[in-house]
Amino acid sequence: MVQKLTTLAETPSQTAGPYVHIGLMPTYAGNAGSFPQEIGASPVTGKVNGQMIDIVGSVFDGTGWVLRDALIESWQCDGGGRFPGEEGADPNVSGHCRFAVDEATGEFRLTTVKPGSYVGRGGVRSAPHISLWIVARGINTGLNTRIYFEDEDNSGDPLLSRIEQRTRVETLIAKKVADGKYRFDIRLQGDHETVFLDL
Amino acid sequence: MSDLGPLIPRNRAVHPAPYAEDYKTSVTRSPNLPLLSMESTPSEETGPVFGAELIGELDNNLILNWSKGLAPAVGERILVHGRVLDENCRPVPNALIEIWQANAGGRYRHVKDTYFAPLDPNFGGCGRTLTDESGYYEFLTIRPGAYPWPNRANDWRPMHIHFSIYGQSFGQRLVTQMYFEGDPLIAHCPIAATVRDRSHLDRLVAPLDLSKSRPLDFLAYKFDIVLRGRRQTMFENKLEGM
Repeated sequence: MVQKLTTLAETPSQTAGPYVHIGLMPTYAGNAGSFPQEIGASPVTGKVNGQMIDIVGSVFDGTGWVLRDALIESWQCDGGGRFPGEEGADPNVSGHCRFAVDEATGEFRLTTVKPGSYVGRGGVRSAPHISLWIVARGINTGLNTRIYFEDEDNSGDPLLSRIEQRTRVETLIAKKVADGKYRFDIRLQGDHETVFLDL
Repeated sequence: MSDLGPLIPRNRAVHPAPYAEDYKTSVTRSPNLPLLSMESTPSEETGPVFGAELIGELDNNLILNWSKGLAPAVGERILVHGRVLDENCRPVPNALIEIWQANAGGRYRHVKDTYFAPLDPNFGGCGRTLTDESGYYEFLTIRPGAYPWPNRANDWRPMHIHFSIYGQSFGQRLVTQMYFEGDPLIAHCPIAATVRDRSHLDRLVAPLDLSKSRPLDFLAYKFDIVLRGRRQTMFENKLEGM
């Protein structure tokens, strides 16, 4: 016998299921008025320092079919690379957004401030990115990924540098389609499968 | 900001297999390729802070919140309560818990749910709350019904409540489902079975808790939740609160 470890195991995940929107985005689900104020309605709450951008995309399954029931959350720093709560952070950036893929078209749209780069533990600089968490029926544990930008300097980013198959790096990079407009598609499985994260 | 240390790496063995052939939708929605693992960064170690002003007075009372307190929902009245802790056994205060569920007949208030069981005009099926300083939370609700779902020819979901938990960082984000002690359908459910180890599935089953039951009013079920913790060591970061 050995001494008892007093650590706990994380609670297992279960799928968010097909009705996740009634819980997390009730107005979107047609149940407006469930709560006085909804969580994650917008990642910005007023005029921000930095560039406002639109990111549009879809989520595809392994057959190439577009999901129409996925829910996504995003988390990011402000235009200067500071997270909400940090000293000097932009008071009009909440950093958190919840959005759904459209039930008819399967397209999502995230309107936010373009994040800055920041220096993390060990003095390593991360390229500007937005973190995503994707849940839906059939996804048993929420999937984490990141949006980087093709018009930023992504060289030296500690996460992108770890991707062995360099052709897969592009799955994390939003394509610029116009000034302030980007396209970012997520592929859950199969050809050009998005790099999902465990960190 | 002082460094509270990286998140303890997720033990994927406690979580469901992404691909579970008996849960058919997972077959085309599960990544084939391995996840990219690395130490957490500020993007995972920070997260939104939710203020108490966001939460309405009836938000954690699903019996009354849909009717704005005018008329109670139909069903077996229950209190669902518990604590949110991290892997280091520390309470997680101010965690946002959101729940959604079917009504007593097993029907969700959702346009895609077309089950025969009728909607209850006084039940919306969602609620939310913040944990207190000791990580404690409570919901008053009705026990959801079991219901059939299109998967294999005769699949039924056990009674369950969906939970979404937001701790103090984006990397702790978790959704799960709470089941009820004694429900014979748990053993037949392909979604419950996605959790590979029965001892971990058991941690999703809330026991009846008569100590919190209110006589002549409601029964209680206890559901504790564990989120990822942080790795604090003297060799790599400043210890706080340990």
